[in-house]
Amino acid sequence: MARAAALGRLTWQPATVAAARVEAATARTLVLDVDGWTGHVPGQHVDVRLTAPDGYTAYRSYSISSAPVPGRLEVTVQAVADGEVSPYLVDVAEPGDQFEIRGPLGGWFVRRPDDPRPALLIGGGSGVAPLMSMVRAATNPSRLLYSVRSPSDALFTAELATTAAAADGRVAVTHVYTRVAPAGWPDPPRRLDTDALARVVWPRDADAVAFVCGPTGFVETAADLLVDIGHDPANIRTERFGPTGG
Amino acid sequence: MGGYVLTADNPITGALAEHGVAMGGYHIGIHRPSGSTGGSGVAAARPHGEGRMAVITRGFGGRRRDNTDLPPGQYRTDDFPVLSAGPTPRIGLDEWELAVVTETGGRSTWSWPEFTALPTDEATVDIHCVTRWSKFDTSWRGVSVDTLLADVETAAEYVVAHSYGGYTTNFPLEDLLDGQAWVAYEFDGEPLAPVHGGPARLLVPHLYFWKSAKWLRALELRLDDQPGFWETAGYHNYGDPWREQRHWAD
Repeated sequence: MARAAALGRLTWQPATVAAARVEAATARTLVLDVDGWTGHVPGQHVDVRLTAPDGYTAYRSYSISSAPVPGRLEVTVQAVADGEVSPYLVDVAEPGDQFEIRGPLGGWFVRRPDDPRPALLIGGGSGVAPLMSMVRAATNPSRLLYSVRSPSDALFTAELATTAAAADGRVAVTHVYTRVAPAGWPDPPRRLDTDALARVVWPRDADAVAFVCGPTGFVETAADLLVDIGHDPANIRTERFGPTGG
Repeated sequence: MGGYVLTADNPITGALAEHGVAMGGYHIGIHRPSGSTGGSGVAAARPHGEGRMAVITRGFGGRRRDNTDLPPGQYRTDDFPVLSAGPTPRIGLDEWELAVVTETGGRSTWSWPEFTALPTDEATVDIHCVTRWSKFDTSWRGVSVDTLLADVETAAEYVVAHSYGGYTTNFPLEDLLDGQAWVAYEFDGEPLAPVHGGPARLLVPHLYFWKSAKWLRALELRLDDQPGFWETAGYHNYGDPWREQRHWAD
């Protein structure tokens, strides 16, 4: 374990919404300007603190979806139906609004730029957000398997298509649609299964590291399947998004 | 307490006497069939968070709930979220074993039938995850760590918990003694599910829940402190939710 985990500033800092992008019906990316922000390691998250006029506060953690740059970061948030913070971030916040963040945080579910191993990135639903940071910052071969309910729920669709078509072939992208597939899609809608994983898994001698992020059931299934088909459990890193992430 | 075989110069004996008054900060109702002891809801002064900055978030109202008993920076959930760093290990009960290993290499082990024949406690406790959710009144059955250490001779001051799958987490020994910690194998009256740490997990509710190691395999008694998995990856070495000890610098 690297003792040199990248630790963020642990003081709360004001973040100003610079822009907002709708990613899906209930998901949005907020672009945040933060003075003195020095960047992050792909996979890390930030704590968000919202403060109501009467002083009441609410806190949640959100993964960073952007590539590391100084002074700016992006979080991509899926609204949770009965959530407290996510509906604000998805439906209410506008450019110029402020809240506080703390971070970047997390020293395990991270892909360091100097890690030479190829990566298998497996995302379920909004769990693709931290993987998107890894895709955007990837300097080494990466394969993204993205499981999502339907094309209209899928995040980052256009950008992932462009990335996958890039001439360098650095990042391969595969979608699995669980409820509704696009017209002409070769596979019927289905849950992530061994067949889908077998198409993207790296050969055993590639010493690949797998990052799995999504709702608990998805992460359990994907990690179990990876172990079943021979992936070293020690090289599978998981992070879970649940409905309580709201 | 009683039942411990402690060397005469053991520095923890002095600290043990303070438990029950110094512990406060989580409310715990322990229902021991034997009626031997029981925790009580000890009210504790709760330290405030750091000084507030004047950033009011326009358009945010919040949904207030009864936040009594909620440590700073936590929110209450009624779900039971799952967090772990890797795949869920699957351990057959026929191969399962729990060990206590002392600093001199002494080793006590329990097979599953031996372990589940030990006296148990029912513990109803609040749990607090560093990812900011807290769940109130969770109901467990397990073996008190006091019971596992009853016949162990040690001068150790620290413990590293080892899990199937390779996870580790560390404690001062005194934090696992005197009715504060269990090796739990039932949740809500049912066998503990693998995803929540079954067959058996550590339950240390007065610390952030990453300290309650899932898939427990061994307790290693040590003279020195050795930071575990999350403790070397940026998380606080002790992890008291009431002092909001989330990360190294907290």
